[in-house]
Amino acid sequence: MSPVAERLDTISTEHARFVQGRGANAPAWLRDLRQRGAARFAELGFPTVRQEEWRFTNVAPIADTVFRLAEAAPTNAAELASRVAIPDIAARIVILNGRFAPELSSIDNLPAGLVAGSLARALADTAPEATYLAQQAWEHAPFIALNTAFLEDGAFITIAANAVIDAPVHVVFINGGAGKTMAHPRTLIVAGANSRARIAQSFLGSAGESHFTNVVTEVSMGENAMLDVYTDQREIDSAYHIASTNVHLQRGSTFKSRAVTLGGKLLRNDIVAVLAGEGAHCALDGCYLVDGDRLVDNHTTIDHATPHCTSHELYKGILDGRSRAVFNGRIIVREDAQKTDAKQTNRALLLSDDAQINSNPQLEIFADDVKCTHGAAIGQLNEDALFYLRARGLTERDARDMLIHAYAGEVLEGITIDSLRLQLERELFTQLDRDLADHKA
Amino acid sequence: MSLLEVRNLQVKAEDKQILRGINLTVNTGEVHAIMGPNGSGKSTFARALAGHPGYQVTGGEVTYDGKDLLDMPADERAREGVFMAFQYPVEIPGVNNAYFLKAALNARRKQQGLEEMDAMDFMAFMKAKASGLQVDQAMLQRSVNEGFSGGEKKRNEIFHMAVLEPRLAILDETDSGLDIDALKIVSSGVNAMRGPDRSFIVVTHYQRLLNYIVPDFVHVLSEGRLVKSGGRELALELEEKGYGWLEAAGAKA
Repeated sequence: MSPVAERLDTISTEHARFVQGRGANAPAWLRDLRQRGAARFAELGFPTVRQEEWRFTNVAPIADTVFRLAEAAPTNAAELASRVAIPDIAARIVILNGRFAPELSSIDNLPAGLVAGSLARALADTAPEATYLAQQAWEHAPFIALNTAFLEDGAFITIAANAVIDAPVHVVFINGGAGKTMAHPRTLIVAGANSRARIAQSFLGSAGESHFTNVVTEVSMGENAMLDVYTDQREIDSAYHIASTNVHLQRGSTFKSRAVTLGGKLLRNDIVAVLAGEGAHCALDGCYLVDGDRLVDNHTTIDHATPHCTSHELYKGILDGRSRAVFNGRIIVREDAQKTDAKQTNRALLLSDDAQINSNPQLEIFADDVKCTHGAAIGQLNEDALFYLRARGLTERDARDMLIHAYAGEVLEGITIDSLRLQLERELFTQLDRDLADHKA
Repeated sequence: MSLLEVRNLQVKAEDKQILRGINLTVNTGEVHAIMGPNGSGKSTFARALAGHPGYQVTGGEVTYDGKDLLDMPADERAREGVFMAFQYPVEIPGVNNAYFLKAALNARRKQQGLEEMDAMDFMAFMKAKASGLQVDQAMLQRSVNEGFSGGEKKRNEIFHMAVLEPRLAILDETDSGLDIDALKIVSSGVNAMRGPDRSFIVVTHYQRLLNYIVPDFVHVLSEGRLVKSGGRELALELEEKGYGWLEAAGAKA
C-alpha cells in the first residue's frame, strides 16, 4: 500500500469506528453530511507542499501519525478551565476533546436573546439556526472536510435579532490527554440582525504524547450585526492545531477577529470572510509568538463580493529560535465590488537570526474604483530605541519587554476583555522569558 | 571632590579612531563645556560616557564616583546616576512617556535602596517637574517622543533629567535645532538643577548655549583630543576667532 493510501486508511478506519459507534444516533441528515465530508476528504487527502496553499507548511507530521479519535476527557480539564476563567461572562461553554462538558460549563442564566451551549444538542433538537451549518464553501478545504466527516459536537451560539449582549461568551476548548488523539470540534455562531456580542475562544492543550486539534468555526452575520471574536491558542508544544474559520457577512454587519497564537508545534489558521452585503466591514487582526522549531501559518482570505465594503487587517509576529511563520493575505475584490476599501499590514519581529517568515500578499482585484493597500515589514528590535530605554536605566530585558509590549499591544489592545488580555500578555512574556533563558544557555 | 576622572580615553566608531586620548576631571558641582568643530569627536565622547554599544573603547580609563565606569553596561551607568540628554531623542511608538519614565525612575530608586514610587506619588512628582519645562499633560501621555517637534523632544529630555535627578548629566548638543525661546526654557531647566551635588558636561558647537548655561570650564576638542581648556571667556574667544587657529595648534601638538 502506498504511504498516501495508508494515511487515508487510518482516517477511514477511525471514521468507520466513529459512525458505527458513538456517532450512530445522529439524525439522518447529519449522518449524510458526515459521509459527504468523509468522501470529500478521501478525494482531497492531506494537502502537500506541492499545493500552493500549503507550500510552506508541511502537514506530513499530522498525516504520518496515527491519531485516535479522543474518547475520554483530559483528566486535568477542570484545573485548566479554571486557570483561564474570566469573570463577568454571559456564558461559559467548555468543550473537551470536541465534546460539550456540562459540568464545567455555565449556561444556566443566559441573558435574553442569547443561546449558548452544545452543538450536538442544538442539532438533535433541530434548532432553526442549525440550518446555517456547513453552508459556506468547504469542499475545497481538506481539513474542513475532515472535520465534517467527524462532525459531532462543539459550541453553538446564537444571538437573537436586536439583542445586545454586553458580557462576553467564553468558549474553552481543551484537547489532548493520554496517547495520541485527535478532536474535531465545530463551532456555529449565528448573529441575528442588529445584534451585538463578544465571544472569546481559548484553546488549551492537556499534556500527553501528542494531539491534533482540527477545529472549524462558522459565523453567520445578519444585517447590521456586530460581533467581536477573540481567539487564543495556548496549546502545548507538542500539539498540532488546524483552525478553519468561515465568516459570512450580510449588509452593514461588522466582524472583528483578534487571534493570539502562543503555543503548539504546528498551527495553521485559515480565516475566510465573505463580505456579501453592501457596507459590511471586517477586521482581522492577529498576534503570534513562535519559537523553538515551531511553525505558525496564518492564511486569510477577504472576499469583497459587494460594493462599499471595508476590510482591515493587521498581523504581527514575534519569531525566535529556529521557528518559522507564514502569512498569506488574500484579498479578492469582485467585479461589482466598487468603492471597496481594503488595508492589509503584516509585520514580523525577528529575535533570532535563524527564524524565518514567508509573507505573501495576494491581491486579486477585478473592480476599478477601489482602494487596496498592503504592506509588509520584517525586522529586528530597534537598536536605537533599545539603547534609549537602557540609557535611562532600564535593564536590557525590561527594555526589550517594553518594546515588545508596545509592538504586540497594537493587536492585544483590540481584546476588550481586560482579564483575558492580561492573561495573554502574561503568557506571552512568560514564554519570552523562557526563550531569553535559552539564548543565554 | 572628583566625580569623574577620564584618563587617556580612546574610542573607535565603525573602525575609525575618533577619540585619541582624552583627559578630563569633573568635580561635583562643576559645569564643563566641551566645544569643538564638527567631526572633532564631541558626540562620540558623550555617547562613550553613556555606554552606547556603537562606540568601542580601545584604551584609557574612566572612573565615576570611584567606580570603573567602562565596566558598567549603559543601563547600570544610568541607574548609578549618569544621564545623557540625546542629540537625537528616539521616537518609540506604543511606549507611553510617563509609564516609561516611572519605570526608569524606579529602576534608579531601587539601585539607591529607595522604595519604588507608586503611581499616585509619581504623578504628583512628575507634574511638579514638568511645569517649569512647559511639558504638558498631553506630552506625558503620548508615546515617547513620537510626533514631538524638535523643541518638544529636547524639553522632554531635560524633563527626564529633572525626574531622574542624575549626579552627572551629559547634554549632547541639546541646543541644536532650538529656537531662542526653546533654548531659554531648556537652559532654565538645566540651571534649576545646578547644585553642589550635581555635575554637568555640556557638549555644544555654539557659544550661544553658554550664554544661558554659564560653564565653570570650557574645553576645546579637536581631532579626538582636548587641545585647550579655560574659563568661560574661552568660549567667547572661540566665537570671535572660530576653531581654525586651534585646529592648527592641535595638528602641531
